[in-house]
Amino acid sequence: MSEAFVTALLELADDHLVLGHRLSEWCGHAPMLEEDLALPNMALDLIGAARGLYARAGEIEGKGRDEDDLAYLRGERAYLNCLLVERENGDFAQTMLRQLYFAAFMEPYWRAAASSDDPVLRGIAAKAVKEVAYHIRHAGEWVVRMGDGTGESARRMAEAVEELHRFTDELFFSSPAAEAAEAAGLLPVRAETRGAWEATIRTVFAEARLGWPAQVWAQQGGRAGAHGEALGHLLAEMQSLHRAHPGAAW
Amino acid sequence: MVEATPLWEVFIRPRNGLSHRHVGSLHAADEVMALQAARDVYTRRGEGTSIWVVPSLAITASDPDHADEMFEPTADKIYRHPTFYEIPEEVGHM
Amino acid sequence: MYSQGLIGADGRTEEDAAFLAAFQARIDAEEKIEPKDAMPEGYRRTLVRQIGQHAHSEIVGMLPEGNWITRAPSLRRKAALLAKVQDEGGHGLYLYSAAETLGVSREQMTEELLSGKAKYSSIFNYPTLSWADIGIIGWLVDGAAIMNQIPLCRCSFGPYARAMIRVCKEESFHQRQGYEIVMTLMRGTEAQKAMAQDALDRWWWPALMMFGPHDSESAHSEQSMAWKIKRFSNDALRQKFIDATVPQAEFLGLKVPDPDMVWDAGLNDGQGGYRHGPIDWDEFWRVVKGGGVMNRDRIRARRKAWEDGAWVREAARAHALKRAARKVAAE
Repeated sequence: MSEAFVTALLELADDHLVLGHRLSEWCGHAPMLEEDLALPNMALDLIGAARGLYARAGEIEGKGRDEDDLAYLRGERAYLNCLLVERENGDFAQTMLRQLYFAAFMEPYWRAAASSDDPVLRGIAAKAVKEVAYHIRHAGEWVVRMGDGTGESARRMAEAVEELHRFTDELFFSSPAAEAAEAAGLLPVRAETRGAWEATIRTVFAEARLGWPAQVWAQQGGRAGAHGEALGHLLAEMQSLHRAHPGAAW
Repeated sequence: MVEATPLWEVFIRPRNGLSHRHVGSLHAADEVMALQAARDVYTRRGEGTSIWVVPSLAITASDPDHADEMFEPTADKIYRHPTFYEIPEEVGHM
Repeated sequence: MYSQGLIGADGRTEEDAAFLAAFQARIDAEEKIEPKDAMPEGYRRTLVRQIGQHAHSEIVGMLPEGNWITRAPSLRRKAALLAKVQDEGGHGLYLYSAAETLGVSREQMTEELLSGKAKYSSIFNYPTLSWADIGIIGWLVDGAAIMNQIPLCRCSFGPYARAMIRVCKEESFHQRQGYEIVMTLMRGTEAQKAMAQDALDRWWWPALMMFGPHDSESAHSEQSMAWKIKRFSNDALRQKFIDATVPQAEFLGLKVPDPDMVWDAGLNDGQGGYRHGPIDWDEFWRVVKGGGVMNRDRIRARRKAWEDGAWVREAARAHALKRAARKVAAE
């Protein structure tokens, strides 16, 4: 059991770190100064959650790997994040929609995690649930403004939906490891959050005057380490310095 | 000339029991975004429990050129202050 | 983070002597000047320029450190650096707000930065080449900024002074963060130690230049001092910085790259201090005027963010109009 739980925790941790990393790429390059502050706030929430999750995974694993070993010394095929979070930032519409999709999933997920049998996870969830509730608000308000703003913003927002919606199904997919942890009462069942997620997204889309996208082939593979090409570059950059100095303290 | 995003004044209540206090300003297109920006900009270190945002244009300010007629007339009305009145010490605190 | 080397201040003013004397009396009485108060045009112009340069420095200053956010070598460092760079953005925002009280808009100031009309601290035109640069910048550049900003908390212009108080409070962690990075490197491997020394070698002189030209060369400094926009001279602050920093470097086991540096018992009114070797002011002016490795890249990055963001800002404004109209319709 513990091995499956470790894997499932890594899936969650990788989601948070990769998305936090993506958001941090905006710092200093946002459309307005106010967003130069808002985006790092969200990134810091996500990186903070990732650290807690890595630490817990390392602890249960019991091989002495700490948060940095897990974040910096696993390669592309060992990373287990879903495909949505690794997508490149694209424009502001894509960044905000990606954030909304992810937060709208994590909010009910963390709420359900309040009844996990793992006390450490309960602690992480209690903190994170408030953070992602704000992410929904912030990203949601932006999606509304871009969807129902100018002609150009509406076009870009619709394009973002087309680009990213195909990655949302993977959020509800439980890997064998996650299934085992779910069955053991350690993690919430991913599929059960779909109703809440869809309600959030539909509310925002209605206000943003965005159409619900047609069924497309849902992209999956992240939980098995089968990623798109973007993740390799992200990790190459993120891990380069750490890997160049094996064993060094920072 | 670039079109400008409106300016907002931000007021924060540091904790319950205290008044909202002006902390600075920011730019936002509407009140919802202004509130979120105020949260993201001005409460990163737990500075507050409540935020007000007010469009800067909505503030009517007194004119410093009229400061004399506005504020000086009160200066000599010392009977508004408790120390104007003499109460014998034996009476105790009043 | 920023420095005080205000570039090209112009304190000329044309009010009559009685007005100027009355204003100076308020300043001398340590009264704060508020935005709507009567003030000499030169005072207003100097402030707009200085606060603008200060704000631009914070904003451009996000870029060299931002260059390492995605490569920070541990998650703890990543979070701290991200929070620090975010703070710089916040400080820019507070400062733009302070300047806006004088009737100049953020959009105007941004245009001036992007067109090259407005200047910013020349130190940000140097590249960050290794992780040690992040430590050295926090320690030296933020250290130099703090030296300058603490007196600015008592600046005569109320909004600027208030912004500075907030900035100083937030910045207290920046320098410690930097010093801790360098300290960790100096306790690490030979490669890490070399990285730290190399970074100090590259940043030391630019950090000293942050305080601006020597007092004897610093045009318009005197007027700024009289108006209490500026509280200490460039050379005085530079000396204070050197005296504070050299022992910190020694503690780390780093060598300050100034072969002429000596202890001089006569400095600081006989209290003693470190006398530094000659500063290459040609380099300073070259970099200020656009000749640094990164000048063009910095402005290009800012312009890209501004231009790429235009449609987002427009969308928000367009939506605000629709919202307002719908609200009216619903009433």
